[in-house]
Amino acid sequence: MSDLNTAMVEKYRNSFLKEVEANVEEGEWVKMCMQCGVCSGSCPLGPYWEHPPQEIFMMIRAGERDEVLKSTSMWMCTSCYNCIVRCPRELPITHIMHGLAHYAERLGIAPRQNPTRKFALMFWDNLSKTGRVNEPVLGVGLYFMNGIKEGIRTALRMAPVGLGMLRTKRFNPFAFLFHRGCKGKKDIHKIIRKARELELAKAAKFGG
Amino acid sequence: MAKKEYMFYPGCSAERLASASNYEVSVQAMCDVLDIQLNEIPDWNCCGASIGYAGGGELPRLALNARNLAIAEQEHPEQDIVATCAACWLGARETKDRLEEDSTLMRETNEALAEAGLKYEAKQRVRHMVEVLIEDIGYEELGSHVKKPLSGMKIAGYVGCQTNRPFGIEGESFENPKYLDKMIETVGAEPVEKYDKKVQCCGGALAFSEPEKSQAMIKDIIEAAYDGGADMIVTPCPVCQLNVEVYQGQINKKYRTKFEMPVVYYSQLMGVAYGKSAKQVGLDGQVIRARKLEELADKK
Repeated sequence: MSDLNTAMVEKYRNSFLKEVEANVEEGEWVKMCMQCGVCSGSCPLGPYWEHPPQEIFMMIRAGERDEVLKSTSMWMCTSCYNCIVRCPRELPITHIMHGLAHYAERLGIAPRQNPTRKFALMFWDNLSKTGRVNEPVLGVGLYFMNGIKEGIRTALRMAPVGLGMLRTKRFNPFAFLFHRGCKGKKDIHKIIRKARELELAKAAKFGG
Repeated sequence: MAKKEYMFYPGCSAERLASASNYEVSVQAMCDVLDIQLNEIPDWNCCGASIGYAGGGELPRLALNARNLAIAEQEHPEQDIVATCAACWLGARETKDRLEEDSTLMRETNEALAEAGLKYEAKQRVRHMVEVLIEDIGYEELGSHVKKPLSGMKIAGYVGCQTNRPFGIEGESFENPKYLDKMIETVGAEPVEKYDKKVQCCGGALAFSEPEKSQAMIKDIIEAAYDGGADMIVTPCPVCQLNVEVYQGQINKKYRTKFEMPVVYYSQLMGVAYGKSAKQVGLDGQVIRARKLEELADKK
């Protein structure tokens, strides 16, 4: 558990809602939820959420901090935006779920073994390296994200899919060795670094 | 009619030898007929797509998208930006909307962009290729270029999620959008009526991390197309296309189905109807060959 997490627990001792409002993307919307449950019923992976979105909103207001942030729930979001277009109060639910997942990750308390968490972090590292996604490296990284043994099994199982993509020229085997990405990759690194710095500074200010 | 020009954001999957390279090929073929000139945003970068949030956070993601928008603005401020990928469109348009609404985020984003000597002022509209076709060209003109109608073909219009929500196409409903069916009719084919899985999620990026849960949804999407008598599925989204096409072998194994349903892009239908060859519209890029379309494309 990180120092940041301990600091945040101390700071918002009595109000997890305030903490979410100050630190989570679109978090100021949470209090507007009227508990109708349309979001939970609309979610394509709804049955797999430990706590569906409606419940997450209620738990935030009830101060169930650890239960929410350590949950695998938000990592079940497929970004289909059903919940957003159906919410009668127009809460940006998808973004709040993404925001909660990201905040839990920043605090170092997100569920470590969750496959979507692992893949999503790998995806961000992949794209921010050169500015563009290197698909073959991402794909193979995914197969091996739970170790070599499982990786080999997965790779064998996925071989027909990969060969189909290779045959139809939708897979670039040379990208393992060479992937140009953006010319301005250094600029992209600078932009991301600055944006992250500003975001953390803002969190620290609200948190104070 | 005068040539229409746009700033073009193709996205990572459209690169050469990437997963939607066949989409890109067919878009160029289609635009050639429609006299649309796509001016690629110089050195564009990834939009962060649906799962960039975990590592990215809000401002880094907005800034990443704003770099593309700022470069496009510098290059041709008078042209709309057009994306062909659903995620690229969503990421870019969401960035524009949010920065326009929130002056603090706009200021902070510009502070980050200044590190690369860029500035964003939100001057251009960000649109999806489908919007360009429907709004700037119109069904009537789209139909007027048809040389080889796709007669006798029945096609399931699978719209999916991100071309449809949260923004969608003006005048269309989120629950039962009709534009893809209208495009199918425009090229002389028959849309599957009441295709109940037309806006069902395919799992998106979770098809990689949660394959079993996603493949259960993909199975339903394909099954509903068969139930409607479809010869093929058509979609506007690169992730939908990939997910619904390439896992059919695994689904067949698991569910003892015998799926072999081609999944093509709207631009491939139009390209063939406009008289382009199978190769010109990237039909050699289908893992499950779209034979009926190929035969028509190869007919003199």
